[in-house]
Amino acid sequence: MPLLKDGRLVGEDAFQPVADDAALPESGAVLVTYARWQAEKEQLSGRNDPLGIVLPNTLDVLDFGAEAERFDLIVLTFPKFSDGRAYSQARLLRERFGYRGELRATGHVLQDQLWAMQRSGFDAFEIPRDDAAEAFAKAISTFSHVYQPTGDGRVSALKQRLAIQNKDGRRKQEAAE
Amino acid sequence: MYEYDDIDQTLVDERVAQFRDQVARRLSGEISEDEFKPLRLQNGLYLQLHAYMLRIAIPYGTLSSRQLRGLAQIGCTYDRGWGHFTTRQNLQYNWIKLEETADALADLAKIQMHAIQTSGNCIRNTTTDQFAGAAHDEIEDPRVWCEIIRQWSTFHPEFSFLPRKFKIAVTGSPNDRAAVRVHDIGLRMHKNAAGEIGFEVIVGGGLGRTPFIGKTIRDFLPKQDLLSYLEAILRVYNQFGRRDNLYKARIKILVHEIGIEAMREKVEAEFAASKDGALKLPQDAIDQIAAQFAPPAFEKLSGISAEYANAFRTDFEFGLWARRNTFKHKQPGYSIVTISLKKEGAPPGDASAEQMNAVADIADRYSFGEIRVTHEQNLVLAHVKQSDLPAVFKALKAYDLATPNVGLASDIIACPGLDYCALANARSIPIAQQIALRFKNWERAHDIGELKIKISGCINACGHHHVGHIGILGVDKAGEEFYQITLGGAADEQAAIGDLIGPALNTRDAVDAIDTLVETYLRLRNSSDERFLDTYRRVGLAPFKEAVYAVA
Repeated sequence: MPLLKDGRLVGEDAFQPVADDAALPESGAVLVTYARWQAEKEQLSGRNDPLGIVLPNTLDVLDFGAEAERFDLIVLTFPKFSDGRAYSQARLLRERFGYRGELRATGHVLQDQLWAMQRSGFDAFEIPRDDAAEAFAKAISTFSHVYQPTGDGRVSALKQRLAIQNKDGRRKQEAAE
Repeated sequence: MYEYDDIDQTLVDERVAQFRDQVARRLSGEISEDEFKPLRLQNGLYLQLHAYMLRIAIPYGTLSSRQLRGLAQIGCTYDRGWGHFTTRQNLQYNWIKLEETADALADLAKIQMHAIQTSGNCIRNTTTDQFAGAAHDEIEDPRVWCEIIRQWSTFHPEFSFLPRKFKIAVTGSPNDRAAVRVHDIGLRMHKNAAGEIGFEVIVGGGLGRTPFIGKTIRDFLPKQDLLSYLEAILRVYNQFGRRDNLYKARIKILVHEIGIEAMREKVEAEFAASKDGALKLPQDAIDQIAAQFAPPAFEKLSGISAEYANAFRTDFEFGLWARRNTFKHKQPGYSIVTISLKKEGAPPGDASAEQMNAVADIADRYSFGEIRVTHEQNLVLAHVKQSDLPAVFKALKAYDLATPNVGLASDIIACPGLDYCALANARSIPIAQQIALRFKNWERAHDIGELKIKISGCINACGHHHVGHIGILGVDKAGEEFYQITLGGAADEQAAIGDLIGPALNTRDAVDAIDTLVETYLRLRNSSDERFLDTYRRVGLAPFKEAVYAVA
């Protein structure tokens, strides 16, 4: 599955997914499920290598958020593209819990939703298509402005206009002086 | 009224380009119909029984004359010269070709309009009082808040794939003409004890298969917190609303299942964590939007105009119309005019391109070039000088737009029904037409007084039948159209869901039953001041039920 990170295709995923019933490798970055993390917190916390976790989209992230910074990768799932729960999970992890690691979208990830995913805080995407990088570049440049603030730091139209008004006001004031 | 700036215009143009590309990818087979469906829905494009239907957003029901003329033109180019005004204060074209949709949207963008989020599981067009900014009983102009909500909800990245559609309504008056108690979120502006204006927030109302009157989640919300609070509600809903069953996915079911207390706890916790964030509205940002809704340049008038008084005395038809179709304005010497799109026998809410152009001209001449759409499927001229009323009446009458029946039995809300809609079980328009013809006699209709009849062709309740004083629901019985009748519903500040009177009736019996119900009311009412709804509330279901089923 092609993996896109920060808009570029990544040749090989650094994280090795480990099934719940499989033994953990001695070393190396691993990706475990939320269930396994719940069951083997101590053991997993003892590892020195990067740790990734897959969260089900039914999880109330308020119950997990405090642990988020422990991870280098959090994978959120879209079982169907029309199931939008992970958008809220992503924003909460980024904006409420200050998670700064990789936030990856997996599942039914389509070009037309990449824009919303990126605005919600995702920076990595598993996209089942060869031209993923082109599709991504096109998707995120669809709109030149945003109407609402999210954790991506873009300034909403409301505040953009205020800035313009204030600048105009200052200019007029200066001209008057 | 609100005018697009470069930001708004750029976004709408970019949306058209995006959709054009999506249609091309669909037509080339790159994306499946399953993947395309939500994309087209979020651009207002439905597949109906016979053709595509395109639903145009009319933000909070406000149009300029230029926009209305544009809609007439688009109706001629891409439809058959008609438009259909809906209960969401929107406009629908019923005969659209998929290949032409992007062109139609591009034409719309030229008049600062679009079809964004008029369908799909996202936040829909915010609706409000059609008399906003004009009504004498208003606390504050709700359009300012509708516009702020419009911008926040447009392309909201977190809330584009909710469990189900989401509708918000705002009223700035204690007399609720926006049906805020039957919306996913209803906002009622009011003054608190300290004299500050804010919002009562109502959540979990709705019609459809399982009707609910909304519950108050917060008595008073300061204005600057509006978006933070809305986002908190939506975030709770997006995560915890049911997605396992289409019919249980609206927020009303979540509120019902977990209870309003648990809902409030979750929302307030979310709000507490985010209220001082980037969504908090600075006063100067509110002022900037509010400036766009500044009142028009009213003349200072006093007393009753001679033209008006004279016409009222000498022209009987005018008097009838003025009594029924005008409403008190806050500015002395002005009136609000409702243009009935309910001529008896015509499909409710339909307007021809010719009529739309005529209304645009009349609005330019007499009402500051502005038109409103009501959720009861009529149009409004919000600011007409009383001395101009006789001329306005005459001009409207020439286009069959002066039926004096606003709020009367023939002012019926009806969904498109089985004539157009793929979901319907029965037709709505023909039965609406037949009922309206029964009340064509003005003397009888005016004697009956206020009576809201609302008709839906299926359980999804687009015709708001649950909140009709008389509600009619079309059902299918072994291939034949039958109609269930409910009584006592209301959508205003005393919102109520109607009570079912008994077994469904066939079309002829249903139309007769409406007559019988009205005759029963006339017999039972205490005086002509007691409305149908008041009488029903006083005497209850039994006498009405008896009257309808006694003969059968």
